[in-house]
Amino acid sequence: MARLAALTGNNAAAEAIRQIKPDVFAAYPITPQTEMAEEVAQYVADGILETEYIPVESEHSSMSACIGASLAGVRAMTATASCGLAYMWELLPIAASMRTSIVMAVVNRAFNAPLNIHCSHDDSMGARDAGWIQLYSENAQEMYDNLIQAVKIAEDEKIRLPVMVCMDGFIISHAVERLLLLADEEVKNFLGEFKSAHPLLEVNNPVTLGACALPDYYTEHKKQHSEALRHSLGKIMEVADEYARLSGRSYSLFESYQLADAEYGIVILNSAAGVTRTVVDKLRKEGIKAGLLKIRVYRPFPATQIVQALKNLKAIAVLERTDSFGGVGSPVFTDISAAFMEAPTKERPLMINYIYGLGGRDVGLEDIEKVYASLQVINQRGKIEKSFAYLQARE
Amino acid sequence: MRKLQGWKDIPTGTAIVKAGSSVEYLTGGWRDARPEHDKGKCTNCLLCWVYCPEGAITVKDDQVTGINYDYCKGCGICATECPPKVKAITMVEEPKLM
Ligand code: SF4
Ligand code: SF4
Repeated sequence: MARLAALTGNNAAAEAIRQIKPDVFAAYPITPQTEMAEEVAQYVADGILETEYIPVESEHSSMSACIGASLAGVRAMTATASCGLAYMWELLPIAASMRTSIVMAVVNRAFNAPLNIHCSHDDSMGARDAGWIQLYSENAQEMYDNLIQAVKIAEDEKIRLPVMVCMDGFIISHAVERLLLLADEEVKNFLGEFKSAHPLLEVNNPVTLGACALPDYYTEHKKQHSEALRHSLGKIMEVADEYARLSGRSYSLFESYQLADAEYGIVILNSAAGVTRTVVDKLRKEGIKAGLLKIRVYRPFPATQIVQALKNLKAIAVLERTDSFGGVGSPVFTDISAAFMEAPTKERPLMINYIYGLGGRDVGLEDIEKVYASLQVINQRGKIEKSFAYLQARE
Repeated sequence: MRKLQGWKDIPTGTAIVKAGSSVEYLTGGWRDARPEHDKGKCTNCLLCWVYCPEGAITVKDDQVTGINYDYCKGCGICATECPPKVKAITMVEEPKLM
């Protein structure tokens, strides 16, 4: 039976973690994830959650502990943000290429400097090439639902890859909203038991993991990892379908809102999809064919599906909460451009990349309206002068 | 030549599932200097056998019988550890042997 609750994003994630019941939870507190790490610790201290909680001395250690635990054959989870994720950097590709099934909650926060504790997507976007699956969540409900699905995806025997589940720091992590929770038993039955491929504790079948591979074998290990990640989209959808049957909430690789007949589209991730949807509704009433594509699965990148969804639009803006300094555009823009380059279709919209919301700057209705207005101008002119711009920077 | 496996055939997640598989990897190819063992000088103290990181010193009935060049990587530890008064192992640069 579903339960109705009023929770912050962090509360919702902690509740999901309680129901997922990891055997090991190794975390170091960092704003804006702290509340989540504390709450899980409280559950363990109160005897509500039977988990080996490892209060590590750093994120480098939390990820190391999770790698060891997952390889030993148990369910391992962690949570972090910003510099904490950066401090795990060395371990991220290790967790992925060793095909662990770690699930990590990432509360998106800006990178310093200047010091800032608010939302940018610098952390998880920076980690996009580490070989993990990445899911993005618009609100607390999606964070809760994505975390539960992530465990099933990560532990699937055909996938066996770690998953990062992201939500916006403060905007979602600290705001209370209404959401529906599953019963503990439902989560337990949905997930089943974790079976690792080569459990280290199985003494009758000893294995060596993560040993050295020289130039004669390194490529084959990376190719194997690359293929596993590329082929995980189908399974991610299967898990989503199964979850929809259980919860009544359906998820896809991305959400299309008023996109089918749209002329002007915004591509966005996480919380700012909410304000965009409101603007789409307003513009639709004015007869402007606006639409929205909100990416949920960013790694692996659903290139073919996104091209299919966007190819008939006249102009699109990719809104990103991070700057790929010195690049052609930010990560999602670059991926979508590349996806169109390799697509068989000749049709493609004019495309512009806006950087917005850095360090937690609020994105309001007027900001999004400005974007749709600029798309109409671009379309009238038939060309884009500058494909990369900061949306909110004061001159 | 050992047959190299493709990416579909190797175990997942960098696992080595067979014990003792390092036997298949001939570290002798790394060598740029070769230890040469002089049986006449050798006192069979077995210090070289203890220190060799590759287990390349071959021993039979407590006597050093020679060096397995399939695995000897030429680090020279054996020559260093052989007592200075004995000096039964000399390192010779590989190119000079060609
Ligand atoms: S050179 Fe090194 S590897 Fe070769 S026999 Fe001596 S100690 Fe062993
Ligand atoms: S250390 Fe020198 S003397 Fe001792 S066994 Fe080896 S070769 Fe012989």
